[in-house]
Amino acid sequence: MTLPDDITVKDVDVLIIGGGTAGPMAAVAAKEKDPTASVMLLEKANVKRSGAISMGMDGLNNAVVPGHSTPEDYVKEITIANDGVLLQKGVMTYAENSFKMIEKLDAWGVYFQKDETGEYDMKKVHHLGTYVLPMPEGHNIKKILYRRLRRHRVTVENRYQAIRLLKDQDGNACGCISLNTRTAEIVVIRAKSVVMCTGAAGRIGLPASGYLYGTYENPSNCGDGHSMAYQAGAELTGLECYQINPLLKDYNGPACAYVTGPLGGYTANSKGDRFIECDYWSGQMMMEFYNELQGGNGPVFLKLDHLAEEIIEEVEHVLHTNERPSRGRFHDGRGTDYRTKMVEMHISEIGFCAGHSASGVWTNEKGETTIPGLYGAGDMASIPHSYMLGAFVFGEICGTNAAEFAEGRDFAELDVEYITAERDRILAPLKRTDGIPPSQFEYKVRRLVNDYLQPPKVTKKMDIGLERLIAMEDDIQHLYARDAHELLRANEAQHIYDCAQMAAVASMYRQESRWGLYHHYVDHPETNNDDWFCHVQLYKNEAGEMVCKKRPIDPYVVELDDNEKNAYAQMRVQQTG
Amino acid sequence: MPIASQISMVPVVVDDEKCIAEKGCRTCIDVCPLDVLWINEETGKAHMKYDECWYCMPCETDCPTDAVSVNIPYLLR
Repeated sequence: MTLPDDITVKDVDVLIIGGGTAGPMAAVAAKEKDPTASVMLLEKANVKRSGAISMGMDGLNNAVVPGHSTPEDYVKEITIANDGVLLQKGVMTYAENSFKMIEKLDAWGVYFQKDETGEYDMKKVHHLGTYVLPMPEGHNIKKILYRRLRRHRVTVENRYQAIRLLKDQDGNACGCISLNTRTAEIVVIRAKSVVMCTGAAGRIGLPASGYLYGTYENPSNCGDGHSMAYQAGAELTGLECYQINPLLKDYNGPACAYVTGPLGGYTANSKGDRFIECDYWSGQMMMEFYNELQGGNGPVFLKLDHLAEEIIEEVEHVLHTNERPSRGRFHDGRGTDYRTKMVEMHISEIGFCAGHSASGVWTNEKGETTIPGLYGAGDMASIPHSYMLGAFVFGEICGTNAAEFAEGRDFAELDVEYITAERDRILAPLKRTDGIPPSQFEYKVRRLVNDYLQPPKVTKKMDIGLERLIAMEDDIQHLYARDAHELLRANEAQHIYDCAQMAAVASMYRQESRWGLYHHYVDHPETNNDDWFCHVQLYKNEAGEMVCKKRPIDPYVVELDDNEKNAYAQMRVQQTG
Repeated sequence: MPIASQISMVPVVVDDEKCIAEKGCRTCIDVCPLDVLWINEETGKAHMKYDECWYCMPCETDCPTDAVSVNIPYLLR
């Protein structure tokens, strides 16, 4: 059996899916490991401006720099911030490679702030240690990555959405089915190993503004990788540990306490008072934020109006030229001046993102998923609190290991029947003459997520939410797309739909509360370490059902003292007198 | 299932006088993470075809003739 003529096949040794942060680093690392290997970087947008850092990044949030902290300190901090549930070996691997990666990026031309003696100008934002390194000129980072891709002759394919992973007869990852989002052509990419770097699932919940694309995450990061990994039989983990962030209300971009905190800015309640000890994003911190919003002292604000003029100018320079540069005009539109007015903040919609919390496709300290030959890095993989630097570190690790896995392997035989059926499924919305627009389907899924799945989590609500979501299964056969672009959205909507169900199933499985607001389960309000000090793995079983199981936590590589364990549980500012 | 089209005010504005798409420029179209900028068949210039904007600004920053302006989407203003 051969593939129909309308399906193109391309062969590469190593396939990288996603060209944002981790992906370009993985591609370069694969080439460095094996310069003779063919490496393809597949990107849904354009690698020049894609992913979470399309407009740059204003700092490293987790730099482990000698003289300021040790890998052991960092592993401890993240263990405490994550209520003990993590693969410490993975975080340790990150921490041990963190400084090497900073030096590599520095050598590539990324500018990190240095003090008068030429040392890295580290800032304290975390509860315990010092890990923040400003990048006031970090807007050019994508250009620097792009130059490296060219130099290493990585094959870049822009405007392709990966939709399904392929596995060979032995269960190894062997490529993907993708869609050209401009022409609706189906392209099969056959590979000897695959690295997924598809970013967060940032379009599960609906922003309070109601604008589908007004998300915290770059909305192209919609959970393609989470859905693909799930459908291929990989395990995902910690999905009940949602990402929820404190953001500028409506604008939905970060308030950037990491930038403003070291300069004297802070999160305040409506009285202008500080109410949290530490602005580093954690579930415990978000719980206090939520309590303040609900408890009559809200709204919550970013307070800068007490700062000196030159400090405000510095804040404006960094925040209005970097990462989310349109926030300056958002403030202008409302007449908000940091000098005179506190900036209203709010709580974000939910998402899956290991970059900030701990949810994603399970990966170990080698970047391996539970499918042989399939690796994962960045916001979609499960190493917690990774941020941009973690994406680079694990991108490099995954690229290296994927190149090694590919060595000496042959291309797998293609499953023609499966690929042809997938082609028909993927293209079906284009063949219809009317039906449900992807935007309406997506809005409904995300509205259900907000109504029933965001914390405080309640079993009865989540039951209803899941039931309503499952009822939408029938709607998929009516999705209607008028052009290739709408077809892209129809496929994204189905990935979002998968992620929404995962959020419900994982949340109901873990019958305790943990990680502050992230998994605040009203029916089970206490943390229960006897039964739930474990990972929750979500996967598709042989009957095709979405199920969960417990995975024990691997022995720690850094032990915690008893008095350290609760450091993040005491976030609220203690009243005196 | 019959359908209807609704109008939407879009955040990205392209100045047709300054846009040089007819000379083959595709910069803003290429860099948009959400692929919502396309050539307007009638004018031959770039325009925002789909109201799916992250107000992230590569289109404006990278435009060689300063023809593109990004506004905050109306629902967020």
